[in-house]
Amino acid sequence: MAKFIIDGKKIEAENGATVLDAARENGIEIPTLCTHDEVGSAGACRLCVVEVKQGNRAKIVASCLYPAEDGIAVDTKSERVMAVRRLVLQLLLARCPGSGLIQDLAEQMGVKPEPRFTADTDKGKCILCRLCVRTCEQVVGVSAIGFSFRGADKTVGTPFHENSQVCIGCGACAYICPTGHIEMETTKTGDSRTIWGRTFKMATCKVCGRYFAPEDQLKYISRTAGVPLENLAVCISCR
Amino acid sequence: MSKIKTLDDLNQAGKRGLAALIPSRIKIMVGMATSGIASGAQEVYNALEAEIKERNLDIILSRTASMGMDCMEPLVDVLLPGKPRLAYSKMTAKKAPALLDQVAKGTIEAIKPFYRMDEEEFIVLGGAKRYFKGAAPAYLRGIPTIQEIPFYKKQVKIATRNCGLIDPESLDEYIAKGGYFSLYKALTGMKPEAIVADVIASGLRGRGGGGFRTGLKWKSCRDAEGEIKYVICNGDEGDPGAYMDRSVMEGDPHSVIEGMIIGAFAIGSHEGYIYVRNEYPLAVKNLAFAIAKARKCGLLGKNIFETGFDFDIKISKGAGAFVCGESTALMASLEGAAGEPRAKYIHTVEHGLWDRPSNLNNVETWANVPAILTRGGKWFAGIGAKNSTGTKVFSLVGKINNIGLVEVPMGTPLKDIVYEIGGGIPGGRKFKAVQTGGPSGGCIPEKLIDLPVDFDELRKAGSMMGSGGMIIMDDRTCMVDIAHYFIEFLESESCGKCVPCREGIRRMKDILEEICAGKGQAGDIELLQEMSKAIIDGSLCALGGSAPNPVLSTIQYFRDEYEAHISEKRCPAAVCKALIAYSIDKKKCTGCGVCRKKCPVKCITGEKKKPHVIDRKKCIKCGACYESCKFDAITVK
Repeated sequence: MAKFIIDGKKIEAENGATVLDAARENGIEIPTLCTHDEVGSAGACRLCVVEVKQGNRAKIVASCLYPAEDGIAVDTKSERVMAVRRLVLQLLLARCPGSGLIQDLAEQMGVKPEPRFTADTDKGKCILCRLCVRTCEQVVGVSAIGFSFRGADKTVGTPFHENSQVCIGCGACAYICPTGHIEMETTKTGDSRTIWGRTFKMATCKVCGRYFAPEDQLKYISRTAGVPLENLAVCISCR
Repeated sequence: MSKIKTLDDLNQAGKRGLAALIPSRIKIMVGMATSGIASGAQEVYNALEAEIKERNLDIILSRTASMGMDCMEPLVDVLLPGKPRLAYSKMTAKKAPALLDQVAKGTIEAIKPFYRMDEEEFIVLGGAKRYFKGAAPAYLRGIPTIQEIPFYKKQVKIATRNCGLIDPESLDEYIAKGGYFSLYKALTGMKPEAIVADVIASGLRGRGGGGFRTGLKWKSCRDAEGEIKYVICNGDEGDPGAYMDRSVMEGDPHSVIEGMIIGAFAIGSHEGYIYVRNEYPLAVKNLAFAIAKARKCGLLGKNIFETGFDFDIKISKGAGAFVCGESTALMASLEGAAGEPRAKYIHTVEHGLWDRPSNLNNVETWANVPAILTRGGKWFAGIGAKNSTGTKVFSLVGKINNIGLVEVPMGTPLKDIVYEIGGGIPGGRKFKAVQTGGPSGGCIPEKLIDLPVDFDELRKAGSMMGSGGMIIMDDRTCMVDIAHYFIEFLESESCGKCVPCREGIRRMKDILEEICAGKGQAGDIELLQEMSKAIIDGSLCALGGSAPNPVLSTIQYFRDEYEAHISEKRCPAAVCKALIAYSIDKKKCTGCGVCRKKCPVKCITGEKKKPHVIDRKKCIKCGACYESCKFDAITVK
């Protein structure tokens, strides 16, 4: 167990826990955008920064990755911390002016847009939190999407932005996207869905007859789990 | 080539090497580092080779790399048995026959040598060997010795000890200079702990930028748990205008390899990687050649020096991302992933490459190791400054007379580097500032010219050592424009993983761009400072964590220039195009018409021998007229 202090409160955390884990365990809120229980932390959004004091030294760290250590004193709302969070939100407001999530977070924290930052028009709502890419790799296991380019030109998508042959159309990326940037369109009848530029034919439930999952996804599950495809022909509601 | 397994084998190779270094026949060496080749060394070599063949001369023609004075390239050294070594600068293929004529005659009439060397230093072994006995021949006394050349006078070479003196492809010559004796000593006579202790005692700090104590890093990696450990050499030198590591890899690749083997033995590693940028083709070639040769001779591979110690090195070529010079991004790239850094809360010495203990040092750091091992940590600690021991290689570029690579003891005053070694500012102009530490370093102004250059002093001045780039600026440099230049570079090199670096740097660039365009607003300086602080605090890695440095340091030392741009819409250095205008001084203009002919948009008119005029509406402010006027008649405001 690591014994330390967060915002003046004495805290114990299990070895291997991060400062963020420990804070949340103890009801101390730290905002985050790129961390998720299913896929872990990336340290990318920098909204979760906290100030860690150890002896005479103070440093700003990402609480989602910083391991809880004996004897540290964590300040989750110091001036330096708030300055970073403020800038991060102002930068994201300028990058994704259409994102309700960012607007809400900014409002909660009393952050106003910086007039010197011209709002982007080409980034959509993507804040590059990486949740979609990590989900596709770690949860789904297909790595159909990844990053292209670097810096401000960095984008999420399929390799070379061509139709992906490994994408199974499961839509997990769209589901986890916190800003709603990833679009998945389903036809009125529900017989197909389109995501990342590719249209997937939907399979019908053998019992109720409703479209319930992309055929490619069922094939993928059958192949990876070793379950015959016919065992996957019934939707969850009818199982 | 036979195997080198024993001390006797080393001595034999050393003897062969010495006979090649200082032969009993005439030897001509052409400096064939990238700097030489760029200046035409290949043509010079080809011409010499053809001429020697045609005349059937008994001359050994060999290649070496660069001793650092790149502004004098191509450099050709001539060594006549029993005579001082002579260096000829700015050689051309045309001059080759004349050079061979005078070499055959033993005169210096047709082409005057740049300097002479009476002796050659053997840093690792200690001491020097004279090329001849007695006094220098009378006809050469008027030629300055290398120690009398201001560029070399204050230099002390440890990391670049062999560059420009040996053939980088000759293992024998490297051994003759004391090479691989340190490795022999380490493997056969020292415990790993003792090696680590000696490196700690040397005070050597990482030459790649961080300045972390090398010995302590080795110790942490040695103490880390894990069967498999890696040693890595960072050769991804990407700072604009910096080429210290390139020079070492091109000129003395075995010094890096030997350093790595010693480090691996001290740490307990059997696998090493050299990560070198692919934009350094000659460095890659020379390293690959040296590794293959070392492997062939048994200096890499299984059972080195029959001690049972195994170690080998692979080269991995970087694909051009600046951020891959950052250790964790480099390791990600080595693993085959995109070059993105990760948080270093868990140190790479414990969880690095493939999550295993990994020790990464840069090229120059590794090259220092063999010298430390033979001469001792104490010897190294006695050179340089108290907390920054040894020497540091700097690349001196920009508005400076002697452009080149210099190695000086840490703590050498900036003034000595700029005015003595560097020879001051071209055209008699005024020194304004020097950017140290690469694009994310800082600008040090003229008033701090007495600053001793070491890790701590540079940091105190708001800059950093970085890998050793020094970009000299004269009074015609606009500091806002310079800050914009560096920020723009970093914007394009940000990996894009974390928000403050990816989004923050480009917003800073936008604001700087507007200031340069005369669209700066009141409060911009404060906003830039505020953003800088948050970006430094909030960024994931050192790229973002240091990116605002050039902005902060130029604001700190040249705030008046920012203010002039913002409130007066004026660029004091007359650089920012939107804020300047060219005009012709009627009193000074002779009507020679040169500017009229030079102007690419034909906006200068005037009759012959009568004052000319510039049509400001058409003028694109390229400055061609300004540069071409011999009468100082063009003014810029």
